Amino acid sequence: MGSPPYFYRFTGRLLPWLGAVCFALVAVGLWGGLVEAPADYQQGDSFRIIYVHVPSAWMSLFIYIVMAICGAIGLIWHMKNAEIIAISSAPIGASFTFLALVTGSLWGKPMWGSWWVWDARLTSELILLFLYLGVIALYGAIEDKRLASRAVAILALVGVVNIPIIHYSVEWWNTLHQGPTVTKFDKPSIHISMLIPLLEMALGFKFIYLISVLIRARGELVQRESNSKWVSELLENP
Amino acid sequence: MSPAEFFAMGGYAFYVWMSYGIALVVLAFNIIQPLIQQKRALRAIRHRRQRHQRQAVTE
Repeated sequence: MGSPPYFYRFTGRLLPWLGAVCFALVAVGLWGGLVEAPADYQQGDSFRIIYVHVPSAWMSLFIYIVMAICGAIGLIWHMKNAEIIAISSAPIGASFTFLALVTGSLWGKPMWGSWWVWDARLTSELILLFLYLGVIALYGAIEDKRLASRAVAILALVGVVNIPIIHYSVEWWNTLHQGPTVTKFDKPSIHISMLIPLLEMALGFKFIYLISVLIRARGELVQRESNSKWVSELLENP
Repeated sequence: MSPAEFFAMGGYAFYVWMSYGIALVVLAFNIIQPLIQQKRALRAIRHRRQRHQRQAVTE
């Protein structure tokens, strides 16, 4: 996996399969979530926003952790592919964070009566968005991309402190946001017919991330290695 | 359940369909934009190389 030409060829073959699995997961998840799952006894049909909101929020945290770990691997072992995965993750993570905030807002308005409240969960998630945007801006501001990767990795690692704050915010502070219904040691307090589509969507969103990050990483790799022999060969017979 | 009932979402149609619509747009963008960017990067590299080759020949 460490060699760029191998990575490029391998992911090129892998991507169509990932796309097929992703499409199937999201299709099944949407059917289950929008059609088969019954309406919530308190929230009615508005609860169906959960199937985009919660997977997006999970992905926003998951991608940040991937970005920080890949950044650290790049810092310590100077692995080019890890650096590229780290920076390619940033815009996707920002997208999922944005989605979590917007869908949360669209859910909050009918349920809480407000688009936005400055409580711990919402504020820490907003800070996460700023961290992602900071990573993207910092990478763009430094001309030397190896140096930029190191700077970005340090920023990402410092920002990791925000991740447990987001996760535990609903327990540490009093908030309008409901507590965890799935990720707790008890039995999940969500019915199985509602839970299964949620897990399918969450897995589908993981695949969307995987596909997006691999396409981005391939583009970034080709640009960084534009003078190498394997890119010449790629241009001759794509 | 009739289609009209389904799209009404028990009165929450705006909030539910806006959420799904925005998610679709943002996620589709995250697949399409990098694909376009990669094609563009390959084309730029090809052009640069052709230019270098021409320069090498004329020199």
